[in-house]
Amino acid sequence: MNSSFAVPAVALVVVATVLVGAFGLRVSRTTSDFYVASRTVGPRLNAAAISGEYLSAASFLGIAGLVLVQGPDMLWYPVGYTAGYLLLLLFVAAPLRRSGAYTLPDFAEARLASQAVRRLAGAFVVGVGWLYLLPQLQGAGLTLTVLTGAPDWLGGVIVALVVTATVAAGGMRSITFVQAFQYWLKLTALLVPALFLILAWQADGAPARAFEEPAAFREHRTVRVQDALALKLERPLTVTVHGTVDGRPHHGTRLLLPAGTHRIDAGTRLSFAPGTPVPAAAGPGADDALSPSRAESRTERPLYATYGLILATFLGTMGLPHVVVRFYTSPHGVAARRTTVAVLGLIGAFYLLPPVYGALGRLYAPELTLTGDADAAVLLLPDRMIGGLGGDLLGALVAGGAFAAFLSTASGLTMAVAGVLTQDVLPARGVRHFRLGTLLAMAVPLAASVLVGGLPVADAVGLAFAVSASSFCPLLVLGIWWRRLTPPGAAAGMLVGGGSALLAVTATMAGFPGGGGAPHALLAWPALWSVPLGFLTMVLVSLATPGRVPPGTAAVLARFHLPEDLRTEATV
Amino acid sequence: MPHDPADRRVTVTGPPRRALRSHRASGYYRPRTEIDEQTTLGHTYVRSLMRSQLRAALTVFAVLVLLVGPLPLLFAALPGARRLEWAVLGFALYAPLVLLARWYVRRAERNERDFVRLVEDR
Repeated sequence: MNSSFAVPAVALVVVATVLVGAFGLRVSRTTSDFYVASRTVGPRLNAAAISGEYLSAASFLGIAGLVLVQGPDMLWYPVGYTAGYLLLLLFVAAPLRRSGAYTLPDFAEARLASQAVRRLAGAFVVGVGWLYLLPQLQGAGLTLTVLTGAPDWLGGVIVALVVTATVAAGGMRSITFVQAFQYWLKLTALLVPALFLILAWQADGAPARAFEEPAAFREHRTVRVQDALALKLERPLTVTVHGTVDGRPHHGTRLLLPAGTHRIDAGTRLSFAPGTPVPAAAGPGADDALSPSRAESRTERPLYATYGLILATFLGTMGLPHVVVRFYTSPHGVAARRTTVAVLGLIGAFYLLPPVYGALGRLYAPELTLTGDADAAVLLLPDRMIGGLGGDLLGALVAGGAFAAFLSTASGLTMAVAGVLTQDVLPARGVRHFRLGTLLAMAVPLAASVLVGGLPVADAVGLAFAVSASSFCPLLVLGIWWRRLTPPGAAAGMLVGGGSALLAVTATMAGFPGGGGAPHALLAWPALWSVPLGFLTMVLVSLATPGRVPPGTAAVLARFHLPEDLRTEATV
Repeated sequence: MPHDPADRRVTVTGPPRRALRSHRASGYYRPRTEIDEQTTLGHTYVRSLMRSQLRAALTVFAVLVLLVGPLPLLFAALPGARRLEWAVLGFALYAPLVLLARWYVRRAERNERDFVRLVEDR
């Protein structure tokens, strides 16, 4: 792909982010400005900022990649990302704003008057935040590699530097402007190329094979396998091979591979004839143990996994640290609700686009399934389908949008994690320590992304959602609606629910238990059992410790739920 | 960053959480109504508001579950209907989500207005 336009586009996005951030810096004066923009952000600006922050690399690149590889089942991701806001609106938005706390740990402390629960919530915020930052940095690395052939780690380092600088310098107010700007940038960067791609598709006779199973090659296509992989065939496949298949070297041999699993070594080139169904890279290849969903080919993907995905994304959104912190910037509870509705509209509109790229990717770049670079589909399609100067320019636009996605989500997450680190871990508070916290918040996932690598972007994000859904969702929902919640109950629920989800996810990522089947699905998609487990533990332990209900509970719940006009009257 | 001493940024610290809380607990609500005095009657009022808000939330939640819950089963039962799956998940579900949200916000705001009227008429 021609990078002569893409690199300037990425540079422009980075510079614009820094400039818009600097504009915010001039008005960011007090600690309140720093953390929550002094609570003066109106619904429209705030909704664009929330959406800008929320639409991450997983949305921008990952969904199209997953749809390309695994088909329409993966569209549950964007549906879940959107519906998560509906649940947040229903159960959390207004009371959370009225709670008047700054962060999730603040909420835990305000509700339960317990330092221990506060610290535990802080630990989960940092954990979920780091888990979510990792794919952002990896996505940035992938984008830059696809565009310029730069080494994997470079993109992540650039994003880390820019984000640390903007967050440490300006805090939330500047971030609000940056995020709102980036929502519109991201929407444009997907919408404009999508329109041209659809025109190109129509000019091509509007082939509709993308919607059928499985995807097939439309023309003669040669694929170079970058990492060794296992090819799982349900039907025999005819292919021309340059390289090593099943341990035997071939040089331009036409092979009929029987059904079953075949091992393709790195560097092998496979040539497919038109009409050949695209085989799925599956099973334990080089690093496929890392990817729970890619490891299950379509037929094996149980219904259970789909429901697990739905539960995790629907309930996980409300507990994401960078989402929750945004609600404190609304001036009051009613504005928080209206903001959420606007967010639903904005991200819903955005999510109409990734499926278009996924479907076109299945038509025009099906070989990405094999190379393990499916996340790059969005970046490659303009060049592939339109080509020439137009394709380069559109590709540059998409690349710029992708970088906006990494920057915005990463800065929101860094903000949230740094806030917790500053308030609860570092010894003194204040702006200087906040800057130190920012550095720390970004350093850990950056190190992890350089060391680990290879986790598909949308998958890693799905894991963060599962942990959030099993720890923070019970805390928020029960904390807001249930009087009898006690500090031991909340702590136990978060530990059992969130902890088991985290363990299950870690086990899956470590490739245990291999093979597949029911135990594998249970561990790879923990939300279906870990969320009820978290709720149940929280309720049972709370009921078992009735003497520990905090004395101020009634007053706190009144503050959560009473409309502000009653409250202002009471305070005047 | 400005270097003029008059323009220099002063060191500010994080919000004193403890002070904030005790302030809230002790004097944040001036005793004017039953609610602020936290009498049993006041609690009953707050409970009634919470119940009506929770009812609105659960209603929308039930609609969402009924709308979304059967879809994976449906798609699994109709393996031939790939186009339907693309259309529903890629396009058709978003508008109902926004409509549900708008309906809930209207209902929740009405609950709050009714509550304010009830409390102030007393």
